[in-house]
Amino acid sequence: MLKFVLKRLLHMIPLLLGVSLLTFLLMSLAPGDYFTTLLQNPQISPDTVARLKAQFHLDQPWYVQYFYWFKSVLHGDFGYSMAYKIPATSLIFARLWNTFLLSFVAMIMAWAVAVPLGIWAAVKKDSWIDRACSLIAFVGLSVPDVLLSLLALWFAAATRWFPVGGAQSPYYDLLTPMQQFWDRVHYLILPALVLAASSLAGIMRQMRSNLLDTLRAEYVTAARARGLGEGWVIWKHALRNAINPLLTIFGYSLASLLSGAFIVENIMAWPGLGRLTMEAFFAKDSYLVVDSVVMATALLVMGNFIADLLLAWSDPRIRLK
Amino acid sequence: METAAPQPNPVIEQPLSPWQLFWRRLKRRRIALAGGVILIGLYAVSLFAGFIAPYRYDRIDDRSFFHPPTPPRWQGFHLVMPRYEKGPGTFNYRAVLDDTKPVHFFVRGDKYKLFGLLPASIHLFGTGDPNYPVYLLGADQFGRDEFSRLLYGSQISLSIGVVGILLSFSMGMIMGGISGYFSGRTDMVIMRLCELIMSIPALYLIISLRAAFPPGMSSAKVYAMIVVILSFIGWASMARVIRGMALSFREQQFVLAARALGQTHLKIIVRHILPNTFSYVIVAATLSVPYYILGEVVLSFLGVGIQEPSASWGNMLTAAQNIEYLRNYPWLLAPGAAIFVTVLAFNFLGDGLRDAADAKSN
Repeated sequence: MLKFVLKRLLHMIPLLLGVSLLTFLLMSLAPGDYFTTLLQNPQISPDTVARLKAQFHLDQPWYVQYFYWFKSVLHGDFGYSMAYKIPATSLIFARLWNTFLLSFVAMIMAWAVAVPLGIWAAVKKDSWIDRACSLIAFVGLSVPDVLLSLLALWFAAATRWFPVGGAQSPYYDLLTPMQQFWDRVHYLILPALVLAASSLAGIMRQMRSNLLDTLRAEYVTAARARGLGEGWVIWKHALRNAINPLLTIFGYSLASLLSGAFIVENIMAWPGLGRLTMEAFFAKDSYLVVDSVVMATALLVMGNFIADLLLAWSDPRIRLK
Repeated sequence: METAAPQPNPVIEQPLSPWQLFWRRLKRRRIALAGGVILIGLYAVSLFAGFIAPYRYDRIDDRSFFHPPTPPRWQGFHLVMPRYEKGPGTFNYRAVLDDTKPVHFFVRGDKYKLFGLLPASIHLFGTGDPNYPVYLLGADQFGRDEFSRLLYGSQISLSIGVVGILLSFSMGMIMGGISGYFSGRTDMVIMRLCELIMSIPALYLIISLRAAFPPGMSSAKVYAMIVVILSFIGWASMARVIRGMALSFREQQFVLAARALGQTHLKIIVRHILPNTFSYVIVAATLSVPYYILGEVVLSFLGVGIQEPSASWGNMLTAAQNIEYLRNYPWLLAPGAAIFVTVLAFNFLGDGLRDAADAKSN
C-alpha cells in the first residue's frame, strides 16, 4: 500500500510541472501584459513602467520567467499579484479554501441525495418512482449550470432569503464565533445547492445502474435461493458490491465538479479560484492566472488520488496491480 | 420448377444488416426519436433564422427597451398586433387596444442573407410597420427583439457543437488510432499529453487557452477560436478510448492480413481500425455535443467569446446576470430555456443511440 501511495504521489510531480509550463506558455502568447495599460497613462513615465516590468521579469522570455516563478514556488512563494498588489500566496490559498469548501459541501449534499435515490430507483425498477428519478436525472443532466445559477440568483433576489453573492457579510469581523459560523453557512448554502443539483443526476443514474447490475449477479440469486429476506439481500450482498464502481465515479465527477464550481463562482460571486482566474485574466495578472490554474489542477489531482486510495482500500485487486 | 403450397421456412429470411438491426432497436425508443425530431426542427429553424426572425439581430429600437413579450391577439379571424405605449415610470408598456395592425405572413422587412449568401428581405411574419413591433419573447436592454436574437444566436450555438465535435473527434480518432496501433514510445508520449490535458479542470484550461488569443477579434475569428479551444481539450478523452480499442484490434487477423498485403500504416489505421470504432464514436459524439454548446455558452457568457452585437445564446444570457434586469425582465432568460431544450434533446437521442448500439440490450 505504501508503495502504491508513493508511486501515485511521484506521478503527480511531472504532471503539475507540465501544467504550469503549459499555462506559462499560453499566458506568454497573450499580447500585452498588466503594464501595457499603464503605458497609456501620461502620469507614469515609460521608464517607470520598464522598471516595474523588469521587477516582475516581464521583460524576459517566457522560459526565463518560468524559471524565476518555479524557483520562488519551491520556496513556497507564488509570486506577487500585480493587480491586487499583495503576495499571491495568501490570495491563492484563501480562494483555494473557498473553492474547496464550496465543492466539498456540494459534493456531500449531492451524494447524500443521489445515492439513496439511486438505490430506491433500482430496487423499485420500472415503478413510478424509478420513472420520476430518471426524469429528474435527464432534466438535471440537461439544465446548464449557467441557467441554474441565474435562477438561484433570481430566487435569492426575489425572496431575500439568501444573500446575492459573496462569502460572508461585510460586518463579519464584528460577529461572535457562533454568528460567524452561521453567517458563513448562510452565504454558502445557495451556491452549494446549485452545484450539488448540477452533479446529482449523474451520480444517481450511476448508482441505479450499478445496483441493477449487481442485483442480476448470481450471488444475489444464490442469496435469495437460500431464503434470505429481500432487504438483507440488498443491503448485505448487492449494495456493498455496487458501491465500488461509485468510488471510480467519485474520481471522475471531481473534474466536472470543479468546472461547475467555476461557473457558480463567477455568476454567484463566490470568491473562489474560478472567480480569481477570471479577474486575473481580465487584469492580465499573468502569474495569478498560472497560480490559480495550477492550484485547481492540484485540487483535482489530489481528489483523484484520494479516490484511488479509497478504491485501493476497498478493492485489494487494485492494490496488487 | 414447380413447388406446392409455400412451405413455412423461417431460415429463408434475409438476415438483417447491423445497421438495420440498429435502426430497428432505435425505432422502439420513442424518447430518442422525439429527441431526434426536436433536433431536426431546431437545426432547420436555425438554418432559416433570417427568414423566420421578424427582425435583424442588431436592430435597435430605442422606444422598446425591455419591452415585455407581446404575442399577437385574435381579432375575429385575424391576428393583430396592438400598439404599445410606454407608460409613466421605467419601462412600463401598455397596449392601446383599439389601435392595432394585422399580422401578415411573408412580409417585407429588414434585409438579411439567407444561408449567409442570398440577399433577401421577406420575413415569415410581421406587421411591416415599425410602430407595431412583434416581440414574441420581449426585447432586451437595447430594445432588440429577443426572439430574433435567439434564432440568430442558434446559428452560432447549435453549429459550434457539431463543428467542434467533427474537429475534436477526428483528431481524437487519429491520435488514438496512432497511439494504439504503434504503441511503444509514440503511445507513451500521446497518452501523457492526454493525461496532462485531462488533469486540468476544463474551464480553467479553456480560460488559459483563451488568454493566448488577442481580445477584440472579429466574430468569425472568435468562432474559429472557440472551436479550436474546445477541440484542443475534447480530443484527449476520445483518443484514450480509441487507443484502447485500436490496441485490441492491432493483433487481430484482419489487421495482420492488411499488413501482410503491404498496406501503409496510415491506411491500416484509417481504413481498417477506425471503422470498427464508429458505433462507439457516433454515440459518444451525440452525447458530447452538449459540452461544446455549453462551452461556447460559458465563454460568451463570461464575455470572452462571441462579442456584441453578434448574438449567441451565451452572450444573450450575460444581460440576465444583472440582478435588477433579472428580477424585472425575466424573459431575458429565454436563451437558457433554449439551451436546456437542445441539451435535453441531445441527451435523449444519445441515450437511445447508446442502448440501440448495445446489441445485448433488448
